[in-house]
Amino acid sequence: MTSEKPVLADELQRRGISRRSFLKFCSSIASAMAMSPAMASEMAEKLAYTRRQSVIWLSFQECTGCTESITRAHKPSLESLIFDFVSLDYHHTLQAASGDAAEHAREMAMHDNGGEYLLIVDGSIPLKDGGVYSTIAGITNLEMLKQVAADAAAIVSVGTCAAYGGLPRADPNPTGAVAVSDIISDKPIINIPGCPPMPVVMTGVLAHVLTFGIPELDSLGRPKAFFGDSIHDRCYRRPFYDRGQFAKSFDDEGARKGWCLYELGCKGPTTHNACATLKWNNGTSFPIQSGHGCIGCSEPDFWDAGGFYKALSTGADNPGQWAGNAMLAGVAGGAAAAYLNRGKKKQASDAVEPVTIDDMRGK
Amino acid sequence: MNEIELLNWARGPGLTYATIFMVFGLTLRVIEILAMGRDKELAEVRASGVANGWRMILKRSIPEPRNWKYITAAYIWHIGLLIVVFFFIPHTQLFRDVFGWWFGGVPSFIIDFFTVLSIAALLYTLVQRFTDPARRILSRMSDYLAWLVTFLPFVTGYMAFHRLGTDYTLMLALHILSVELLMVALPISKLSHAVTFFMARYYTGSSFGRRGIQA
Repeated sequence: MTSEKPVLADELQRRGISRRSFLKFCSSIASAMAMSPAMASEMAEKLAYTRRQSVIWLSFQECTGCTESITRAHKPSLESLIFDFVSLDYHHTLQAASGDAAEHAREMAMHDNGGEYLLIVDGSIPLKDGGVYSTIAGITNLEMLKQVAADAAAIVSVGTCAAYGGLPRADPNPTGAVAVSDIISDKPIINIPGCPPMPVVMTGVLAHVLTFGIPELDSLGRPKAFFGDSIHDRCYRRPFYDRGQFAKSFDDEGARKGWCLYELGCKGPTTHNACATLKWNNGTSFPIQSGHGCIGCSEPDFWDAGGFYKALSTGADNPGQWAGNAMLAGVAGGAAAAYLNRGKKKQASDAVEPVTIDDMRGK
Repeated sequence: MNEIELLNWARGPGLTYATIFMVFGLTLRVIEILAMGRDKELAEVRASGVANGWRMILKRSIPEPRNWKYITAAYIWHIGLLIVVFFFIPHTQLFRDVFGWWFGGVPSFIIDFFTVLSIAALLYTLVQRFTDPARRILSRMSDYLAWLVTFLPFVTGYMAFHRLGTDYTLMLALHILSVELLMVALPISKLSHAVTFFMARYYTGSSFGRRGIQA
């Protein structure tokens, strides 16, 4: 980063965005992250005088859903500004360059901003068979991650694949997919899981990183401000759960009345994300509001949690399928034990000496 | 292993292993006992033992005035256990999933009431074991362990439901694991009385009946 690069304040001015609407944006980010109101203006100050942060976005084994999500937030909204403000130096889908020119841009960014650039990763990294299952410009994902991470200031793992392995890691994990944190251990890593993550969460965390540095993280590396509460605890259908009113199918009376979707497999109670509060599509709705249970997409291994439509309290596998065989084995075992005991029983009864009336008389 | 992985293990392989162990163990026990048969009746049989056997199962289940506090406490938590295990709505989902059919559940506040009552009753029985001289002499480590594996599912379930202690995901995982511990303990401890006590009472009752003793 060099001093001639413009700061955000200049950019705002150039685009004719008022300080008032910029403050509003900072306030909404601050309130979404549960900061005190005073932090909003501090954030505005810091953001306004921050220079363009170089960002390298690496896409590995992913579906581009995370990129789709983040672009949705910002048709002319202020969030887009944050991204304009960030110098996105390398991003497969969004950059104009391709081929060697694209790779050259990445190398340039790494060279010019060594130790200062932010690395964003979406997608998991395949390790099996030397990582051949995903390569970019002939370089395996593993090698590229190691190269780029070496000089990064921090890493943001965007999406459940980068954060925890996600879909590629689902059983039987044919490519040996792992998360970024399974490979890189010497850099600060922020996980923003979700399939995809919420746009406002991505931009909010980015704003926080630019102003106050790395936010407070939970045990799974997620910013507590957005992932501190479970969907269930913030769900507007929670009162129905507490009253024991559950929809039994997707089109029954309970479903029409908006009752709790627990019995239909909602994973809200064990899922930490901000969907129930910030909602999607500019605060319009979120899956539970549209009548479908939470699938738990911001948690590790959500694909292997026993099925999206099975209640959380049921077995993830089918424990009943073995019960019949276990019972048969028990019958066989019991019969075998009885057979073995027979000899012992006979011995005991043979050893019994009958008591006669004379014995009892003491003769 | 993080909380969610622990939960997935508890809901997945853990539950399957515990189910197999419990079903195998309890079946083995019951068959073993049934196959032992009963001793040959040397005296002339005076009456059929069947009616008396059934009567004994019922009659010995009626609390006696003697020791009424202890017996009441035991009754409370046994009934509480049945209601909580089989009628809490999330639990009914599990049974419905396994058996294809199950009873309806009861509202959570009733489950909550019985859970608290059962926890209190179980604590009372523990205190009795410590303070009553006869019970203290009779109690062995296995008795305290049997108490513990029965007590833990109540407490972890209550804490998970009310979001107490640690994160819900971890608490739910601990609750399921505590139940799996109970399932494993069932066939290999005195807790197998859950299925064998009917047999024991029937055996005594029918043997009394055949000898013309009123149970």
